Amino acid sequence: MPKPRIKITGGRLVDPHNRVDDELELYVADGRVVAVGEAPDGFTVDIELDASGLCIIPGLIDLCARLREPGEEFKATIDSECRAAAAAGITTLCCPPDTSPVIDTPAVIEMIHHRAQQVGAARVVGLGALTRNLDGEHLSEMHALKQAGCIGVSNALTPLASTLIQRRAFEYAATFDLTVFLHANDAALSANGCMHEGQVSTRLGLPGIPEAAETVAVARDLALIQQTGVRAHFGRLTTQRAVRMVARAQFDGAPVTADVAIHNLYLTELDTIEFGSDYHFIPPLRTQEDRDGLREGLRGGTLSAICSDHQPHEPDAKLMPFPATEPGASGLDSLLPLTLKLVAEKHLLLPDAVARVTCGPAQVLNLPYGELSVGRAADVCIFDPGATWRLDPGSMRSQGKNTPFRGWEMLGQVRYTLRDGDIVYSRD
Amino acid sequence: MSSTNLQTRDDGRLRHFLSTEGLSYGLLTEILDTAESFAGVAEQSVKKVPLLRGRTIVNLFFEASTRTRTTFELAAKRLSADVLNININASATVKGETLLDTLRNLEAMHVDMFVVRHSDSGTAHFIARHVQPHVSVINAGDGRHAHPTQAMLDMFTIRREKGADFGRLRVAIVGDIAHSRVARSQIHALNLLNTGEVRIIAPRTLIPSHVESLGVQVFHDLREGLRDADVVIMLRLQNERMEGALLPSEHEYYQLYGLTEEKLSFARPDAIVMHPGPVNRGVEIDSQVADGKRSVILHQVTNGIAIRMAVMSMAIQQKQAQEKHA
Repeated sequence: MPKPRIKITGGRLVDPHNRVDDELELYVADGRVVAVGEAPDGFTVDIELDASGLCIIPGLIDLCARLREPGEEFKATIDSECRAAAAAGITTLCCPPDTSPVIDTPAVIEMIHHRAQQVGAARVVGLGALTRNLDGEHLSEMHALKQAGCIGVSNALTPLASTLIQRRAFEYAATFDLTVFLHANDAALSANGCMHEGQVSTRLGLPGIPEAAETVAVARDLALIQQTGVRAHFGRLTTQRAVRMVARAQFDGAPVTADVAIHNLYLTELDTIEFGSDYHFIPPLRTQEDRDGLREGLRGGTLSAICSDHQPHEPDAKLMPFPATEPGASGLDSLLPLTLKLVAEKHLLLPDAVARVTCGPAQVLNLPYGELSVGRAADVCIFDPGATWRLDPGSMRSQGKNTPFRGWEMLGQVRYTLRDGDIVYSRD
Repeated sequence: MSSTNLQTRDDGRLRHFLSTEGLSYGLLTEILDTAESFAGVAEQSVKKVPLLRGRTIVNLFFEASTRTRTTFELAAKRLSADVLNININASATVKGETLLDTLRNLEAMHVDMFVVRHSDSGTAHFIARHVQPHVSVINAGDGRHAHPTQAMLDMFTIRREKGADFGRLRVAIVGDIAHSRVARSQIHALNLLNTGEVRIIAPRTLIPSHVESLGVQVFHDLREGLRDADVVIMLRLQNERMEGALLPSEHEYYQLYGLTEEKLSFARPDAIVMHPGPVNRGVEIDSQVADGKRSVILHQVTNGIAIRMAVMSMAIQQKQAQEKHA
């Protein structure tokens, strides 16, 4: 079926990659952007979308979203989450390798790609396992994984057995120009911790994860990145000190990027005070100072992306005493609204906020998305910047209703989402 | 903190007893006064009062305990309640049945109160959030978080020995603060009762981060910390909780933090010595001190029954009043 020829008129087009922020028309044909501003010669319109009063931005890219398929379809499926993503303006989801089975063979990533294509909503890209079955000891067949379409490698939340194995894994990944995605955590220091080690963990008697569990890991990882020259990305940093360490390494020219999870920009250890399992996160919510440090890192660009760290759960996963619950929140529905809230609260300008969920993550993934340049895939999010609504878990699109933002006022409502030039979501 | 809301009813009376934190001076004093009225019951030849006749109390223990469970059981029986003891090995819970399932099944048997012990911090709060409106929950110890009846029996013991004015008291808590739910509950209770000075004494490995925020002064030297103390509370050194390199040896611990007559001489001459038990003689405390004339360790055990009777009757009696209203 031929792709529709679409004209989007009347909206404020914000495309940070091209430093565009103006009322401009956008023309889409054959799944690609064919013009910005003036219509190309002889352009005929199949569909005209009126974006008056709306914002037009590149489709969002989420660097860390667990889809739970294969392996945990009782929590969510590729079908449910790709549709939820499209409804939230997200057109590309990056899925970590800790599925079941693990993404350590071409077959698994091919299956995920195939399922996502069948759904036809958001696009899914995946990270291959750094070690076989994430065992932390034996290198995966990274070349084969890359051939099969993995856009990077990661050991997800699982630690590597030693710094030697880490060094070898980095070297091997660098051989094939693969980016290594890191979860900065010293496993011995975080041990069985389930929240930030500080005044709240002391009060609640919960085993804590010290700040040093992250900073020690970042220091070690940076040393090995500099030694091996591998391109690396720190996912979901939580501490101010770690952000400063990464900033320094970037200043020194190390090939390293970093992101932050949206909840760490709003919530802190204090939110855990009632033992609320919706505030159980790994890596954990930290102090107010850390939250402010993360916002600072976002403004300065050390943190070039905001991710949802989407972890949908079935209700039972959160219905236990705090330490026994599963960590993580379902984050797709609130990624754009909470990013826009950063603008409303004057932490970021709109183009910078948009950059952190579009061209910023695109650059991390080294993929040609997250921009509205002529010739690029027409991934577009059109939203009403003035619309406000209250987050009701029951009306979330994700199969996982676990959110710490229940009842929060959300800003911005997605009207249309285009992925590769197809309208994959339309409100009303 | 809204554990206050969870623990009290709209009129401010006790509904659940989960933590000493967040309760009022008035409520803590009421618990102590009520316990005082029950203390005489044990001395009668018929050691029973009919306050909770026809009520069902379930001791739901997911963690091994003999003494705490026994005193709860005895307290409930002296109040004439029916008692059911359920011990569940948390690691061996039947596959598929969650804690909430267990709870719902027991609730279906028309239980009035759960006394809960569990190795996870927050379990009593979790259960209190999910029980039906007529059911009360007493925390008998959750992880490292709280053990409020132990703390209250300690307050009761202090009050009986030292009088009701805590403002002139210096209380020193010695030992493994980091892993101790007893210490946390004691610290909150002591501060709510306006204790003059609350000190903790331990090496840094046994002190949790930001502990000053609980309202304590930290000492690493036992003699210095005991200076002019009125009350010395020794904590059990729980070897089974020691996961890593927290201490070099029992020997060095005893040398530095074990309570001997010599070290106790730094406290006030009339200082009392307490211990929540079970005592590790020769590890945290010398036998001479544990059995000495300043030790009130066995009084603590006796007082534990009165305190538990007080808390149980306060949480359930309120309900009778409500039923009369209805």
